Amino acid sequence: MENTKNKKSFSFHIVKREQTVWYKGLAIRAAAVLLALVVSGIVITLLTDKDPLAVYKSMWSGAFGMDIRIWSLFQDVAILLCISLAVTPAFKMKFWNIGAEGQVLIGGLATVSVMMFLGGKIPLPLLLIIMVVASILAGIIWAVIPAIFKAYWNTNETLFTLMMNYVAIQLVSYFLKVFVKTGSGVLFPMPEFGFPVLFNQPYLLNIIIVVALTVAVYIYLKYTKQGYEISVVGESQNTANYIGINVKKVVIRTLIVSGALCGIAGLLLVGGTNHTINTETAGGRGFTAIMVSWLAKFNPFFMVVTSFIIVFLQKGAQQVSTDFRLPQAISDIVTGIILFFIIGCEFFLNYKIVKSQNGKEND
Amino acid sequence: MLAFLVSAIRLGMVFLFGSTGEILTEKSGHLNLGTPGVMCVGASCGCFAEYLYLKSVGPFASPVLAILVAVVATFAGAALMGLLFSFLTVTLRANQNVTGLALTTLGIGISDYMIAKAGTSFGRASKYFTASFPFADDLGWFGELFLSHGVMIYLAIIVALVCSFVLSKTRVGLNLRAVGENPATADAAGINVSRYRYIATCIGSGISGLGGLTFIMDYLNGNWEYCIDAFGWLSIALVIFTVWKPNLAILGSIIFGALYIASSYITGVSFAGKELFKMLPYIVTVIVLIITSMRNKKKNQPPESLGLPYFREER
Repeated sequence: MENTKNKKSFSFHIVKREQTVWYKGLAIRAAAVLLALVVSGIVITLLTDKDPLAVYKSMWSGAFGMDIRIWSLFQDVAILLCISLAVTPAFKMKFWNIGAEGQVLIGGLATVSVMMFLGGKIPLPLLLIIMVVASILAGIIWAVIPAIFKAYWNTNETLFTLMMNYVAIQLVSYFLKVFVKTGSGVLFPMPEFGFPVLFNQPYLLNIIIVVALTVAVYIYLKYTKQGYEISVVGESQNTANYIGINVKKVVIRTLIVSGALCGIAGLLLVGGTNHTINTETAGGRGFTAIMVSWLAKFNPFFMVVTSFIIVFLQKGAQQVSTDFRLPQAISDIVTGIILFFIIGCEFFLNYKIVKSQNGKEND
Repeated sequence: MLAFLVSAIRLGMVFLFGSTGEILTEKSGHLNLGTPGVMCVGASCGCFAEYLYLKSVGPFASPVLAILVAVVATFAGAALMGLLFSFLTVTLRANQNVTGLALTTLGIGISDYMIAKAGTSFGRASKYFTASFPFADDLGWFGELFLSHGVMIYLAIIVALVCSFVLSKTRVGLNLRAVGENPATADAAGINVSRYRYIATCIGSGISGLGGLTFIMDYLNGNWEYCIDAFGWLSIALVIFTVWKPNLAILGSIIFGALYIASSYITGVSFAGKELFKMLPYIVTVIVLIITSMRNKKKNQPPESLGLPYFREER
């Protein structure tokens, strides 16, 4: 008798929360980030036998230590945010575009080609306009091919877009070998054909463009008819069909938007940052962006915060690995840990654990 | 030509392990995009364990034990990654795509870190893996093609055949497929959906991890390269190519292996043109993906609820 009673008191079940109050949601998320910081601090300390406070200090200095680091932090946030904005409309429609990496690369490739072949032959403003158009078109082409097949034949878009990444990577390495006559595959930067530098800050223009895009995407998703159609298709295709939304059209149109934004990210990376390209130019951001967008619940303004957290951690972890002579891989491990904590905390936002009715008398 | 085929088979088995594991996982309804990370972790755990083992025994290593240590460590490390994936997606009900991608990031980080500690050269350990039948050389092309391989090659084929048998001929396999097709019905029939998903994902990840080990120890003769994740993505692609059948995957993996190395065997292609040739496996996958979706045959489709979560309360 005693035994069964004890056993019952441990039983519980999971109930969906009706709605989470905003401060509770914020508290849970903040707790998850803090916990992730503590855990990654512990991991680094275990691996290095260093004082954890020194590790955090080194992390902080990696992100905010010098003016140049702060600028580079904001630059990286801007690029990651731009790609996250790009994948968001598609995700909201439940179109799993994991091909942002390839779409960005192909946008960058288009930019670099324009710089190579037209640079110096036409006036700079005209060149910049052609770069913008070329990168956007390239991004659109790369995104719209899977979209057409998804719309007409329901071809699995996750795997299709994934494969397109690798096709893009190979295209880049092909053109690098064609462009660079020495065969080294390393293309020298061409800063003379890049974006103009505002106020002596090379990254400022990139950041301004991304801020503008953030507002634009927010308005597009929240206040336009097209944005509304995206959320209806995402919620239920049957409903969309029933109320007369042309689902095929919405899928293709949304991926055009998505691809165009990815193309712009490629433009910013090549035209506004590196002035050259290699297969690592996108650097896995296409995948990180998916997590940024999803963790921010597809809200562009929350994405500013999530991408900031991720970039801050990566920069910090890089600094830690330099300061304490650890392998660079530590930065990936820390990013992984924090992502898992944020992903895991979603559960506590959406559900609560309550004791089962049977166990009530033991409460 | 013969050397080309032998190479294709050796590389193909990397894909075979990877995709057999992923098929098992996908049959339970989990689309694990963390497979690249899982394969990295598997490979590095195996190599790390091998490094510790060879260091501790000095020159007197037993070949059987050397292989066993690496295989067990690989399977365990990779299965742990699968456990992490299942914990987040089943217990904490997180989104599978997002969790998988995070798992890949974490996995690559862990594996790079371990390799930074263990070094990148496992030539001595690799000798145990590539040892083949002593009489293979006497049997001409037949011996070269079928008997000249290391232990992992045969293990891959055995694992694929066993998985194929379990999936199509046993009750456990039937239950697993039911979970992947329609978890609500499976649940009503008294199948423990969560348990099946946990176990299938862990075992599947373990098998995928062996692919990473095969790549390093067999194909690369023990020289670590930081590109295992690319094989992870290709293994996921191979799952589609072989329409979710491990026995077809044996053939498919060899075709993929051949496509992957074709660029270095074909003569008369320019230096740059080889880069275009490397696109082949991806383009072929895309074509297969398109054709299967256009033909829309019932039996060639992905498991019905692939990638979808199942929560009993939310029907």
